[in-house]
Amino acid sequence: MKRIIAFITVVAVSTAIMVWTTPGLLNNLHLGLDLKGGFEILYEATPIEGGAKVSKESLIKTAQSLEERANKLGTSEPEVTTEGTNRIRLKLAGVTDEAEVRKQMKEPASLTFRSKDGTETADDQYNKIEMIGTDFAENGAKLEFNNMNEPLVSIKVNSKEKFAEVTQRLLGQPLAIYMNETLISAPVVQAVLTDGTASISVGGDLNEAKELRDQINLGALPLKLTEKYSQSVGATLGKQSLDSTIEAGLIASVFILIFMIGMYRVPGLIASFTLILHTWLLILVFVWADFTLTLPGIAALILGVGMAVDANIITNERIHEEMKLGKSIMSAVKAGDKHSLRTVLDSNITTIIVAVVMYWFGTGAVKGFALVLIVEIVLSILTNIYLSRFLLNLLLKAGKLLKPKYFGVKESDINAL
Amino acid sequence: MRFKKEMDYVHISKYCYTISIILTIVGVISLAVFGLNYSVDFRAGSSVDITLTQDLTEDQIHPILEGISADQGTAINPGDNRMTLRFEKVLDENQEMQLKEEITKLDAGASFEVNTVDPEMAKELARNAIYSVLISCIGIIIYVSIRFEWRFAVAAIVALLHDAFLVVAVFSIFRFEVDLTFIIAVLTIIGYSINDTIVIFDRIRENLRFAKLKTRQDLIDLVNKSVAQTIMRSIYTAVTVFIAALFLFLLGGESIRMFSLAMVIGLIFGAYSTIFIASPIWFLLKSRQKNKPAHAAS
Repeated sequence: MKRIIAFITVVAVSTAIMVWTTPGLLNNLHLGLDLKGGFEILYEATPIEGGAKVSKESLIKTAQSLEERANKLGTSEPEVTTEGTNRIRLKLAGVTDEAEVRKQMKEPASLTFRSKDGTETADDQYNKIEMIGTDFAENGAKLEFNNMNEPLVSIKVNSKEKFAEVTQRLLGQPLAIYMNETLISAPVVQAVLTDGTASISVGGDLNEAKELRDQINLGALPLKLTEKYSQSVGATLGKQSLDSTIEAGLIASVFILIFMIGMYRVPGLIASFTLILHTWLLILVFVWADFTLTLPGIAALILGVGMAVDANIITNERIHEEMKLGKSIMSAVKAGDKHSLRTVLDSNITTIIVAVVMYWFGTGAVKGFALVLIVEIVLSILTNIYLSRFLLNLLLKAGKLLKPKYFGVKESDINAL
Repeated sequence: MRFKKEMDYVHISKYCYTISIILTIVGVISLAVFGLNYSVDFRAGSSVDITLTQDLTEDQIHPILEGISADQGTAINPGDNRMTLRFEKVLDENQEMQLKEEITKLDAGASFEVNTVDPEMAKELARNAIYSVLISCIGIIIYVSIRFEWRFAVAAIVALLHDAFLVVAVFSIFRFEVDLTFIIAVLTIIGYSINDTIVIFDRIRENLRFAKLKTRQDLIDLVNKSVAQTIMRSIYTAVTVFIAALFLFLLGGESIRMFSLAMVIGLIFGAYSTIFIASPIWFLLKSRQKNKPAHAAS
C-alpha cells in the first residue's frame, strides 16, 4: 500500500508542478530570431588601413561599441558575440527601420580628441575636434604605473609637431576623449608635450585605465566591418514557423504516446508520463540556463523525443522477451532492466559523442541543434531509464501488475517452462 | 505485427551489398556529373521569402525587380500565399528596402524573410561539418573499441558513412535543395545510425559470451539470432522516429522542410543498414579471424 501511495504521489505531484509551471516557462523561453522575427548579421572585421592584424582587444571593443549603438537605437536585447579571430555576430529583434540600423552599425569606431569652441550647451560637451583616431600610433596606448603605483595610460602620436601645437594651445584646459559621440574622459593638459607621447591619469582605477587604453588603440586602428551573411525574418513568418512546427510536434507526440500505450500497456503508460516529464525538464533547463531555442533546436527536440522512446522500447521489448521465455513477471522485469541498461547507455553515449563534436566544431545553427541534443540525451537517461524503472518497480512490488497482459504480452505467447 | 523474425540475414545481406554498392555508384556518378542543388546558403546571392495575404503574379513582380535593376537571372517562384525570389547577386540595403516597400504597396500584409550569404561562410560550415563527422568517427572508434572490439567499430563506421553518403546521393539524384539545415540533418542521421547499430551489436556481444563457435555456420546463426532478437525494437523505433520526422516534413515550417525530408530518407537507410550492412560486415571481419587458425592447420 505504501508503494502505491508513493507511486501516486510522485505522478500526481510532478503532473501538478508541470501543469502549474508550463505557461510561465513557455513565456520565459528565449526564442531565436528565426522564431520571433528579427535580423542577424555576421560581420568580418578588417583594419581600415591594410596590413595590420585584427587584435583580440580591438575585436571585443568593436563588438561592445556595436552593442552600445544597438542599445541606443532602441532594439530589444541586442546580442553581440565575437567569433573566431575576426568575426562579429549581431542579432537584433524588433527592429523597425532595418536599413538605418544596418547603416549605423557599419560605421567604424571613431576616436576623437576634442576641445571647447564656444558652441557647447553643456559643461561636459566638447565640439571642436582637435585630433582623430588615425593621429595616434597603432597599438601605441599602453598601461603604465606612476611612483604611487597608480595606473596611467601612455599614448603615442604620429605627428609630434601637431601634438605640441595642440597641447600648447590647450595648456591648463581639458582635452576630451570621445568614442563616437560618447565622452570617455576629459584630462586636463598639464604641460606642452613635444616628444609625441603623453600620459593620461584616470584617477587610480585600473579597469578604467585598461578600458581607455583599448579604446584608444581601437580608435587608432578602426576596424572596417563587412557583412558576410545576413538573415532577416519577418515577425509573422517567424510566428508561423513556430506554430506549424509545434503543431507537427504535438501530433507526432500524441501518435508516439498512443503507440507506446498500445504496445506496452502499463509500462507504456509510465513511459508516456516520463516522456512528457522529460520534455518539460528540457524546457526548464532552457529557461533556467537562458539558452536560446531556434528552429533546428525544436527539430532536435521533437526527434530527440523519438530517441527517448527508443530507450523505453528497448527495455520493454527485452521484458517481453524474458516473459516469453517463461520467467515470472518479477524476474522478467529484473532481467529485462539489467540487460537493456547497458544497451541503452552505450547507444546514448555514442550519440552524445557525436553531439559533443557537433557542438565543438559547429557554428550557429549546428551548435544550437547539438546543444538541445546533448541536454536531451542526459535528461532522457535520467527520466526514461531511471525514473521509469523506479515507477514500474513500485507498482510491481506493491503486488499489482501480476498478469502478463498488463505488459502487452499474450498468455499464449509464453513458453511453458 | 507478426512475421517470421528468424531469417538468414547474413545470406540476404549479400543482395543488400549489391544494392548498396549500386546506389553508391549511382550516387558518385550523380554527384560527379550533376553535383548538388545548392540553395542560396552555398551560392552568393540573396533569397527573399515573402508570406502574402493574397496571391501575386510574376507580372506584378517583374516591374519591381526592373525598378531595382535586379531582374537579370532572378528566379520567381509564386506559391499559395507566398512567393520566393532568388537573386544571383547580393541585394544591397537600398535594393532590399525598395523591394519591400514596393511589395508592401501591393499587399500590406506581406512579411519578409531575407537571406544574404557569402558562400565562403556556408562552405566553411560544410567543412566544419565534415571535420565533425571525421572526428566523431574517431570518437566512436575509440569508445566502441573499448566497450566492444575494433571489428564492431569498423562495421559501425561503414554503416554510418553509408547512411550519410546515400542521403547526400539521394539529394543529388532527385535535385532536392541542399541548405544549411541539410548539414544538421546528415549529422543527426549519423547519430541515429550509430545509436541503432550499437543496440544490435550489444546483443551480438551478449550472445557471444555464451556461444560456442566452432564453425562458420555457428557464427552465421549467432548473427541471425541476434538480429532476430532485436529486429522488433529496430522496427518500432524506426517507425516512431520516422513518423515524427514525417509529421515535421508535412506540417512543419518551411525552413525545416528540407531538414525533415533528409531525416525521413536517412532514417530509412539507417534502419536498413543496421540490419543488413552493419552486422554482416562484423560477421565478415569476425569469420576471417575464425578461419585463420583453421587454414594454418590444414
